[in-house]
Amino acid sequence: MEGFLPPMWCLIWYIIMIPIVGYGIYQIKKITEEYPDTKALLAVSGAFMFVLSSLKMPSVTGSCSHPCGNGLGVALFGPAITGVLGTIVLIFQALLLAHGGITTLGANCLSMGIIGPFCGWVVYKACQKVGVNTKVNIFLTAFVADIMTYFVTSVELALAFPVPSFGAAFAKFFIIFMPTQIPLGIAEGLLTVIIWNGLLSYKPELLEKLNVINPQDVPSGDD
Amino acid sequence: MKYENWILLILVIILLVAPFVIYSGLGEDQGYFGGADDQGSDAVSETGYQPWFSSLWEPPSGEIESLLFAVQAAIGAIIIGYAFGYWRGQASNKKDN
Repeated sequence: MEGFLPPMWCLIWYIIMIPIVGYGIYQIKKITEEYPDTKALLAVSGAFMFVLSSLKMPSVTGSCSHPCGNGLGVALFGPAITGVLGTIVLIFQALLLAHGGITTLGANCLSMGIIGPFCGWVVYKACQKVGVNTKVNIFLTAFVADIMTYFVTSVELALAFPVPSFGAAFAKFFIIFMPTQIPLGIAEGLLTVIIWNGLLSYKPELLEKLNVINPQDVPSGDD
Repeated sequence: MKYENWILLILVIILLVAPFVIYSGLGEDQGYFGGADDQGSDAVSETGYQPWFSSLWEPPSGEIESLLFAVQAAIGAIIIGYAFGYWRGQASNKKDN
């Protein structure tokens, strides 16, 4: 929320976020020069984040929250580029919807665009290496990226408001966000698999070139 | 698998409809279906913290806010639909040749 972090923490998170997003912009330039086909893939990843983060969904805990849509981008392009996509989504929401905020952009971008997705990315690359089915893998990645986004948010809030202590504050924020988020993370994982199925059937060569899927993951022609 | 996407979609719908069944008849007044984000900022306010900056512009009403959220979802959906339609066309062209 706008103004909901003390100025010092706003600044700290901005300082950490800016070089990563800068590196992401550089990566986007490089990858679109090397494979011009990836532009549409980037647009779809950003658009998926746009859609999912606008949908406030009810959860079995009786509260509402929204998924993040950051798992797709990070599986395809890694956390730095996802940070760039996340920044675009967050600026839109901050300026037009009074949701999130410009002062808290650094913090939100780190949780939803960079660190949450980074955790998903670690899962993706590890599972890819040991040969987990790519559909199961993208589900786990999206789930972890979504859940870890709120984990990081809880850490950020607890650091800024360690009342009475960091641990107690973290537990308080964690309990507010996490139980609500788990079913939404599952829903987000399932939705990401649907998009993934589309990409697998229309763009398998491109995914293979980006080293996102292994050759055995390419569906056979008569699928 | 032919029906895989439909099965996945139905699972998502079940997950999202379940809360309405579980908490049937309960609403915002009883403390249900509020935003976890709001609970988060309430918890911050309880520590005595005063926000030092407020949004440059806020949607003047709930109607306008839901309009803008719908616009956001629509923009995303158009881009995804366009890309997938384009790729599908490309793929079927390849088959014909």
